[in-house]
Amino acid sequence: MAKYIVSSSPHITSNTTTQKIMLDVIIALIPATIAAFLIYGLYPIFIMILSVGCAVTAEWLFNLITKRPQSVKDLSAIVTGMILALNLPPVVPFYVPMVGSFFAIIIVKMLFGGIGRNFANPALTARIFLVLCWAGVMTKFVYPIDLSNGMNLFSYFENVVNINLPVEITSATPLAGVKEAIEKMAKGEIVNPAAGLNALDMFLGRIGGSAGEVSTLAILIGALYLLIKRVIDWKIPVLYIGSVVVFTAIFFANSPYVGEYVWTYLLGGGLMFGAFFMATDYATSPKAPLAVCIYGVGLGLLTVIFRKFGSMNEGVSFAILLMNVVTPLLEKLVPCTFGAKSKWETNGKKIAEWFKKVFSKKQKSEEKEAQNG
Amino acid sequence: MKGQFLSNKLGIVKNGILTSNPTFRLVLGMCPTLAVTTSAFNGLGMGLAATIVLVCSNALVSLLRKVIPDKVRIPAYVLIIATFVTMLEMLLKKFVPTLYSALGIYLPLIVVNCIILARAEAFASMNKVGDSILDGLGMGLGFTLALVVMGFVRELLGAGTIFAGSLGSVEFGITQDAFPNYKLPDYALGIFVLPAGGFLTLGILMALVNYLSDKSKEKKEKEHEAKLNRALAVAQAVESANGVQNDAAPAKEEE
Repeated sequence: MAKYIVSSSPHITSNTTTQKIMLDVIIALIPATIAAFLIYGLYPIFIMILSVGCAVTAEWLFNLITKRPQSVKDLSAIVTGMILALNLPPVVPFYVPMVGSFFAIIIVKMLFGGIGRNFANPALTARIFLVLCWAGVMTKFVYPIDLSNGMNLFSYFENVVNINLPVEITSATPLAGVKEAIEKMAKGEIVNPAAGLNALDMFLGRIGGSAGEVSTLAILIGALYLLIKRVIDWKIPVLYIGSVVVFTAIFFANSPYVGEYVWTYLLGGGLMFGAFFMATDYATSPKAPLAVCIYGVGLGLLTVIFRKFGSMNEGVSFAILLMNVVTPLLEKLVPCTFGAKSKWETNGKKIAEWFKKVFSKKQKSEEKEAQNG
Repeated sequence: MKGQFLSNKLGIVKNGILTSNPTFRLVLGMCPTLAVTTSAFNGLGMGLAATIVLVCSNALVSLLRKVIPDKVRIPAYVLIIATFVTMLEMLLKKFVPTLYSALGIYLPLIVVNCIILARAEAFASMNKVGDSILDGLGMGLGFTLALVVMGFVRELLGAGTIFAGSLGSVEFGITQDAFPNYKLPDYALGIFVLPAGGFLTLGILMALVNYLSDKSKEKKEKEHEAKLNRALAVAQAVESANGVQNDAAPAKEEE
């Protein structure tokens, strides 16, 4: 006789597991990794190996010490390590990714209960932690490797322990140029923010920037894979990137170079990477349609505000962290049950009544005054 | 009798330091805790200053507890505390000017420190002078302990030193002056000296304290259970032994 299983709903299950999703994300991150290798040589790969190794070790050790079931097999630690390494500048001292992935796994993820219970994206929070710890290291970016200029794939390896990169090899990022233009604009000078930049170079990634964030093409290939496999939803990235375009146009409307501002903000910095790989983290992004709209637009607005008015050139990570923290509040904007009166309607009516009351009182008192006068 | 008296008094002090530590268990006085603890020495100074004020104000509030009318008790407490804070401020300015300048605005702010007001309201206004002084001492030492631990962690990670600078020669950090020909890299995790690091340290330490106290509580409960089980087993054995006798007795009567 067949064995019958008695259980409560849901009865339809899919064969999706955390492990499979994480494997898809790893596959999607490979183009960006290859781009980092082609642009900066082997050093970013070395950093990524360190970062992934430390993240996995940290999770394994934490589970071992606190006597929890081992969760290394779900591959999420590998994803965290990879995203963190791609978020870092291409050349950082060896201990930076180690400290970063340790912080990401132990403090942001495991102390809050492991995967799915973290309040913010671990890799992104670790990046902010590192920026606040070693601002000098985290804001210095090197030139892409130029093979015709006597450099090889092993260039930059002499900087493994060097905390202060020599000035000769550091390059300005597109966003630094934009910041300069904004500062000059405040003084009354009008400068082209994209002077010396080439949209094709920025699209392919032949610029200074974080290892995995420079090549928009590679990120889009990875993102397309995730979208086709339906690992991520298109709504958050599209709303995020779209609102960045709209708000940039609004914030820089008085400048004759609005178009240049828009495309440098779009292709420079970590916007694409953040929008597709970090803002869409399951545990820290909302699911309800209204909440998703507020989340996406809020991300765009905060990013442009941080980039234009903040002291740092980049604002993507801070914007995502802030919206991650707001997510539980956004989730409370639950749509009303079918057939019930919507919250907006009842609240709107209440407000309208309150206004009526206040105004009628005012009118009465005015009438009285008029009578007395 | 005497031993019980002593343990009773010690319990009041212990309560302040461990069981209801003002920083980690009661979560009071967060403003100085987060702002001042950028170094262990500052934490120590702040903690001791608060302890002195706490002991004095607890004593005076306890002495005046039957005189102060209920309706104006808070202004009266603030007045008492402000008197002691003013005295302390003048003394520090004269004798420890470095600490005075390091604590800055947080020294006069002891007047409205939650811990001092809370102890005046919750303990000193209902208990005798001796107990109130001990409570002030325990709470003050608990506060000092918490601030020193926080300052120690933040200074060690954020600046790479232990009790550096303020205590003169007691300095363990390797300084640039010792290696004039070599540029020392700066490994310090700068975030721990920033406000964000204060919150981070406080959260992690609080989690650690909760974890340890939960563990000791569990251990105590287990011991208690084991004791109970042993007593039950003994009682059952005795009962069954008695039961055999009792069962035997009525049988005889029937005969």
